[in-house]
Amino acid sequence: MSKAVFEPSIPSRPVYGALEPRTGISHLMIADAEGAEAILDMAGAAPPGFFANAHIIYIPKRTGTLYVERLQALAPAQLHIAPSYAAAEPRLKRVLSSSHMGLQLYLAGTEGLMGQVMREAIEAGIPHDAIQTEHRGSTARRVQCVHCKGITEDVTHDPFQCSHCGLHLFVRDHYSRRIAAFQGVRVDAEDPGNIPEAVERFK
Amino acid sequence: MGIIFREETFYNDFTFRNSPEAIRRFPFPFHEDSYMYSVNLEPHKSYRPGSVLERAFDVDEHYVSEMRDRARVLAEDPLRCQSLPHMTLAGWDLLELIMVSKAEEYPDLFELHRDGNRWHWINRPLGIEQRFTFLDETTLPYGPMEYITRQTQGDFAVLDQREDNLWMDAGMVTTQADWSLDFDIGMNFFEWHAPVPKAAEMGIFQRALKFLLNVQQGAPARRFNWTMTVNPLLDTSPENYHKWGVMKRDLTLENMGQMMHLRVELQTFFRLPRSNGLVFPIRCYLIKLDELVTVPKWARRFHRVLRDLPVELATYKGFVDNRPKIVEWLSKYDDGAPTSPGIWPD
Repeated sequence: MSKAVFEPSIPSRPVYGALEPRTGISHLMIADAEGAEAILDMAGAAPPGFFANAHIIYIPKRTGTLYVERLQALAPAQLHIAPSYAAAEPRLKRVLSSSHMGLQLYLAGTEGLMGQVMREAIEAGIPHDAIQTEHRGSTARRVQCVHCKGITEDVTHDPFQCSHCGLHLFVRDHYSRRIAAFQGVRVDAEDPGNIPEAVERFK
Repeated sequence: MGIIFREETFYNDFTFRNSPEAIRRFPFPFHEDSYMYSVNLEPHKSYRPGSVLERAFDVDEHYVSEMRDRARVLAEDPLRCQSLPHMTLAGWDLLELIMVSKAEEYPDLFELHRDGNRWHWINRPLGIEQRFTFLDETTLPYGPMEYITRQTQGDFAVLDQREDNLWMDAGMVTTQADWSLDFDIGMNFFEWHAPVPKAAEMGIFQRALKFLLNVQQGAPARRFNWTMTVNPLLDTSPENYHKWGVMKRDLTLENMGQMMHLRVELQTFFRLPRSNGLVFPIRCYLIKLDELVTVPKWARRFHRVLRDLPVELATYKGFVDNRPKIVEWLSKYDDGAPTSPGIWPD
């Protein structure tokens, strides 16, 4: 199992549940890496024919082909394997824009993926209660540099170096759903050059 | 009334000062010799002629220079002013509230003439004269919220009310105590307050939200908040933290009186009539410690408040490292004599 236990945190930090099959006209599932396990687990509880109306968009990342055959075996109406979230985004937007009432959305995997899809879904008018989330796999964070506004994906260390402006940032728990990112703030702002050793906080 | 508007800066050479009159009317926020969070909301009624609480939107000697500083900050970073698409009507509500209030309360400085939706606005201190059509955005050089808040001191958070919550869906934020509108826009009341220590467990936010959801039109509310700022920086944003954070290191016992400032926020809350939104102006007042200690009661009390402040609060407010120095400097002005109740000078 790759379920992470998150420490208690502040109210802006998202919390995640466990996917369960719901009744709906259609089912849209977006997952990355170990998020595939959440879909496979849910399949065990799903009624026959559930995946006949399912569209799965899956981004394997470092898991490669590990889960792909098992997802195919669910026989979803559509299974799209994408090399990155950025590559999947146009398809996702297209699907969300033509979705009807009764669509159920299932998100699984990293916080960065779920946060970004959530943002697109809300923008497309999908009601909150039609969206489920389940965290699986890496707890790496998507972090926005508050200074240059650039976003660094999959941050595992704290502090880390902003991939855009190069400042060394500490990672806050403060989270923006609109940006789908945590906030990063210069760690040595008051004492330039005094950068604490980076610790792997998010595996 | 005759306010003499000061020419001064809030960056680089920091020529900001308070006149003796401005010191006397400074909103010193401590009504007793200690401080802890509280909801501390009260009706925003006209109080104490000459004080910052006399009028709905106080205009003081720093007005013109503060508006110049706002324009400078916006030119550097336009993300300090944002409004989500559904907030335009609330922006018009805010424009009306400010224009009507200022024209009534400062008739020698501001005029508003209305003929149906055809409005004529005159702002003498800033040399602005504008004819426009109310509710028609194409007739103003900026959106309504940006237009009027470029002419009004203080930050403005414009909140949408829905689902029994308040949502920070628009704002003009250039004089903030270290929070980012660009990051927080779209958040609800609990989310944008998430980083504040202690207050949530004390139930402060639940009670404050309940109060604010029920603020009625024509019955605004107010409270004070405070922190400490090295140099008279209006813009202590997280965006620029890597530029101003380092200034905290320059503080010494010798330059303390000129460099260290008490920063007080007069926060007010007004219901908006058409949108049913809530506007939350956050007006920043700065005073140098040298200026503050000219009022003996404030000097004594401020020393005691800072000395006894819980460490979490000093940390959150960003002056925990400098606190020993500040307390040492202030102790010279505290002879241990009792202080009178209330916030005003004796």
